[in-house]
Amino acid sequence: MKENTSLAAKISGAPYIAWMIIFIIFPLAVVAYFAFTDSTGSFTLNNIATLSRYSDTFLRSIWFGLIATLICLIISYPLAYIISQTSQDKQRIIIMLVMLPMWMNFLLRTYSWMLILEDTGIINNWLIKMGLEPVQMINTSGAVVLGMVYNYLPYMILPLYSIMSRMDNSIIEAAKDLGGNSAVVIQKVIFPLSMPGVVSGITMVFVPSVSTFYISQKLGGGKFTLIGDVIEMQFQTSYNYNLGAAMSLALMVLILACLFIMNKFADEDEGGIIV
Amino acid sequence: MIIDLKNIAVTFDEEPILKGINLYIRDGEFVTLLGPSGCGKTTTLRIIAGFLEPNSGDVMFENKRINGVPPHKRQVNTIFQRYALFPHLNVYENVAFGLRLKKLPEKEIRQTVEEMLSLVNLKGFSKRKVESLSGGQQQRVAIARALAVKPRVLLLDEPLGALDLKLRKDMQIELKNIQQRLGITFIYVTHDQEEALSMSDTVVVMDCGRIQQIGTPIDIYNEPKNAFVADFIGESNILDGIMKSDYSVEFSGHTFECLDKGFDKNESVDVVVRPEDVDVVAVEKGAICGTVTSVTFKGVHFEMIVDIDGFKWMIQSTDQQFEGDEIGLVIEPDAIHIMKKSDYSGQFGDYSSFSDEIEQLSSASEEV
Repeated sequence: MKENTSLAAKISGAPYIAWMIIFIIFPLAVVAYFAFTDSTGSFTLNNIATLSRYSDTFLRSIWFGLIATLICLIISYPLAYIISQTSQDKQRIIIMLVMLPMWMNFLLRTYSWMLILEDTGIINNWLIKMGLEPVQMINTSGAVVLGMVYNYLPYMILPLYSIMSRMDNSIIEAAKDLGGNSAVVIQKVIFPLSMPGVVSGITMVFVPSVSTFYISQKLGGGKFTLIGDVIEMQFQTSYNYNLGAAMSLALMVLILACLFIMNKFADEDEGGIIV
Repeated sequence: MIIDLKNIAVTFDEEPILKGINLYIRDGEFVTLLGPSGCGKTTTLRIIAGFLEPNSGDVMFENKRINGVPPHKRQVNTIFQRYALFPHLNVYENVAFGLRLKKLPEKEIRQTVEEMLSLVNLKGFSKRKVESLSGGQQQRVAIARALAVKPRVLLLDEPLGALDLKLRKDMQIELKNIQQRLGITFIYVTHDQEEALSMSDTVVVMDCGRIQQIGTPIDIYNEPKNAFVADFIGESNILDGIMKSDYSVEFSGHTFECLDKGFDKNESVDVVVRPEDVDVVAVEKGAICGTVTSVTFKGVHFEMIVDIDGFKWMIQSTDQQFEGDEIGLVIEPDAIHIMKKSDYSGQFGDYSSFSDEIEQLSSASEEV
């Protein structure tokens, strides 16, 4: 009986293992190979050494990513809680609305923000009509962060909502019953219990924000080049695959380090799981 | 009088859940709200706890109206069916939760927590994670947690519903002991009539959002007010009868002597005869007689279904009879209980479709 199940498990697991080897392990190995070789294919550490020239870009990417993640968290947490408290029907509609933008193409979404924020865009036209001074919005760091927040917000709301909607209401009632007012209930019960959702939300927003490209090109006007854009450039215009691969590798290490630190924080409050 | 509910009505989505509940509860009393699922017993409890506001009516606590007072400001605490322990805290911190909110000094907190844990026989469990505990242990922690804040009234919402039978019996005795030792008021919700009868000072039988009867367990069992109560509490044969005069009632084609009076002459009534109160005798000695259609051995007694003029009676006897036997029945005056006709008349008390399996199925589905 035991043998049977383990054999079945092996067979049914095989496609997934094959998939992981072909599409995850092997590409990673290729990236690593390119990162440590030059264009002739011989071993070199030059690519890695060159990265120091891009340290500003790396730092900016992480900084922007952190800010965008923090803003997403601040917006999403109360929103997810409010959604989880509404009736089942309303929950379904609101969650659909939250996901709706995700069905639209990422480039299109970002491009439309350009039209909204431009000096002669929708907002400024409107301000001028009202007799007000136009405001510089496009090509600012704020616009870049806005682009990130807009694009990745659903990835923060969904894990938070999913954990909050599954929270046992009687636990919250028990906390009230024992003398906790709303603030106490949120601080001592709801927040600690939602920690796994917070951690996965942070992961799902921070990782794509740090490595994103296109957003800063369109909304930052090239003034705030992010590492994702530089990597894209290495592959699309400079054809320096080796440097691009080295950057990707470094970015991966940095993201892992950031998540590790964040998880450490979460662990102290109990509940962190996801790397 | 510690709690007084006055004409409480509750409606969910235009569906009435409670239709005018009037109930007062004395300090130190063990009161059980008993009824089938959907009867409104849990809703009543949630109104006392403050989780739910009634659409109309007053909730009084020591003669003060407490409608609108949030749960955290009420001197009542709840034990939930699914324990509702804080999974991110250990046993000690769970019990200390309410005490910490009161900002008591650490020394006092430790003392109270230890006292409460020993009260529920969980000494030495302080550092354990709540998930590592069994269901019974988790419920003990919940009881300790609620009692630690010294409530005046403890509300228990089917607290033993998720436990197995043996453990449930032990916990019943333990809860009763705790209640007597602390002398605080317990309001206990259950659909298990045996639990209600064995633990309570007062039983409140509810159905369809109304209180059907309030009384001591003995009153409720011996003097049910209507067919619903008679059927829900224990087993009952409920027959159509006619009150011939005071102390005389006719049913099953025979006039019996009884102890009830005060009905109109020839008033039609419901007659309750408990299965264990019927004496089985030889056919010629019986006031009425019938045919045994099934016999089940129950350990202490045999339970048989007897067909008397097409009406199926349940009768319990220590003497074994066999299927197809003709038997005579004698019913003493004190075994007969007369009830006024009610909306429930005719719905209960006939065992023609009775089988143990159906009984078990329906009680199992209630527990879900």
